[in-house]
Amino acid sequence: MAAKTKYELKMGSATREAFGKTLVQLGKENKDVVVCDADLSKSTMVHWFAQEFPERFFTCGIAEANMVAIGAGLASSGKIPFVASFSAFVMTKGFEQLRVTVAYPNVNVKVVGTHSGISIGEDGPSQMSIEDLSLATALPGFTVLSPADEVSMAAFVRLAAAHNGPVFLRAGRAKVPVVYGPDQQFAIGKGIELLDGSDVTLMAHGLMVAESIRAAEILEAEGISARVVDMPTIKPLDNEIVAKAARETGAIVVGEEHLVDGGLGVKVAQAVALSHPCIMEFVGVTTYAESGTPEGLLQKYGMTAANMAAAARRAVARKK
Amino acid sequence: MQTRDIHELEDFCKKIRRHIVEMITEAKSGHPGGSLSAVETLAVLYREVMRHDAKNPQWAERDRFILGKGHACPVLYAVMAECGYTPVDQLKTLRKMGSIYQGHPDRRFIPALEASTGSLGQGLSVAIGMGLAARMDGNPSRTFVMLGDGEIQEGQIWEAAMFAAFHKLDNIVAIVDYNKIQLDGFVKDIMDLEPLGDKWRSFGWHVVDFDGHDLQAVRNAFAEAAATKGKPTVLLANTIKGKGVSFMENNPKFHGMAPTKEECDKALKELA
Ligand SMILES: Cc1ncc(C[n+]2csc(CCOP(=O)(O)OP(=O)(O)O)c2C)c(N)n1
Repeated sequence: MAAKTKYELKMGSATREAFGKTLVQLGKENKDVVVCDADLSKSTMVHWFAQEFPERFFTCGIAEANMVAIGAGLASSGKIPFVASFSAFVMTKGFEQLRVTVAYPNVNVKVVGTHSGISIGEDGPSQMSIEDLSLATALPGFTVLSPADEVSMAAFVRLAAAHNGPVFLRAGRAKVPVVYGPDQQFAIGKGIELLDGSDVTLMAHGLMVAESIRAAEILEAEGISARVVDMPTIKPLDNEIVAKAARETGAIVVGEEHLVDGGLGVKVAQAVALSHPCIMEFVGVTTYAESGTPEGLLQKYGMTAANMAAAARRAVARKK
Repeated sequence: MQTRDIHELEDFCKKIRRHIVEMITEAKSGHPGGSLSAVETLAVLYREVMRHDAKNPQWAERDRFILGKGHACPVLYAVMAECGYTPVDQLKTLRKMGSIYQGHPDRRFIPALEASTGSLGQGLSVAIGMGLAARMDGNPSRTFVMLGDGEIQEGQIWEAAMFAAFHKLDNIVAIVDYNKIQLDGFVKDIMDLEPLGDKWRSFGWHVVDFDGHDLQAVRNAFAEAAATKGKPTVLLANTIKGKGVSFMENNPKFHGMAPTKEECDKALKELA
């Protein structure tokens, strides 16, 4: 699908909601799909699956490490387990199990971390997952996904289930704008050019994709032509779309609701270094945040369209 | 241990409950149920049991308290404020940007907190570390840690339980706020803990099982913990989630939901 030149962004649902709904559809289509929960089913929205398929739903209590390894056992016996919790708990408390019992033997577990990033708001840093992509991308063999909206989340839940191997799927708590139309095609390992541009590329995942689209509009008014690329797959990275952006626009700004010391930014930098070195800027979190409204926090910690636009201006200036 | 008029303590508990309801209503989010269930234990602990000084929070020999179930911080904030640690008039800034009263206990904002919590399952281990240090230093400081009943489903709790008994740590006290409800519903439906007293006993702990809303029973439980030597003590405080507000009592819905303005008014009438 060719990149557009203009975008209408309407508010949609949270990606965790799209995850929960799609999981029910999947459950109807495939009786091997099972779900493990750690006392957060109403928050991760796997409670819909639990209502529909109680015999395929296992609550593990508040015990994430145990849940991950139970998932590994289920997968080793032919089930397709989705193990879900807040990303801050499943990735951290379950990490060693994910490393030795899932990644190392390449077991078909689907890990879903909701409430990622700082846009969860008032609960504060203990529940905010800003290291989950660093952790997930560190695991050899893991496919790491962070969809931007409800449409792409629905597609990637299906793609994750169809993929044979461990997957980490990142979802958010807050409602986010709808980026895609119903006919959009998605594939693991493929980035998507949303807007074409020639001076700089804005690359993002999750809720920073919509912010990047808005940033491109701000920049256009200033005479800066910005390409916008959604990177729903963090790993394996779409090296081609990165190299193309580096070659054709000469500057890349990566925006993500995650620590800049990990995640998409470092993966893209690595790809750029290996293909076509270019100017880069990074927009993301640099430390633990605090309690506040989602909007207030995104503003204070620098993850808005304005921050993407500012980084793009810096990048364009550095090109000269 | 100073003995107070029990009616004064009852009034104190009511005041704490009013703070909890008002703070969470104002914040429009938070955890009323598990805050309200923990009021009596925390009131007795801070008013009668712990050796502490709000004017000298870094006093080396102070007794320490860790809220393992950090989401119940409104009760801790209200009690600490009423004890003089932090401003009472700012309690209603709970969960707002820049407030010292963060959504979960955060030592960056209130240094007098003994731990930043919010990830369940770690408080008991931290308390053990403090207990070990006190013993090494010949420091009379005791450490208290409050755990949720859902929280003790975490495996780390039982690793810690084993350790504390093995090391005969009698300067730490665990309190389980046994309100029988966790996030998604009733504990017995999610991951039953029974027989809970037997579990702790088999791990080498002294167990006190009592009504966690009966102030005299709470006092007696802490006295029994203090008198128990050579092993750690766990207080199984049988409580009611949402205690004191009729429509919140035993109602899983109010684990993590703020009351509306109308519900708040109704609750405050009941707590007058
Ligand atoms: C490690 C971890 N997993 C999940 C959560 C999310 N969570 C917050 S409160 C809660 C339920 C806690 O239940 P309980 O310990 O019984 O507390 P109470 O009922 O006293 O509020 C859960 C699952 C968390 N904070 N930490």
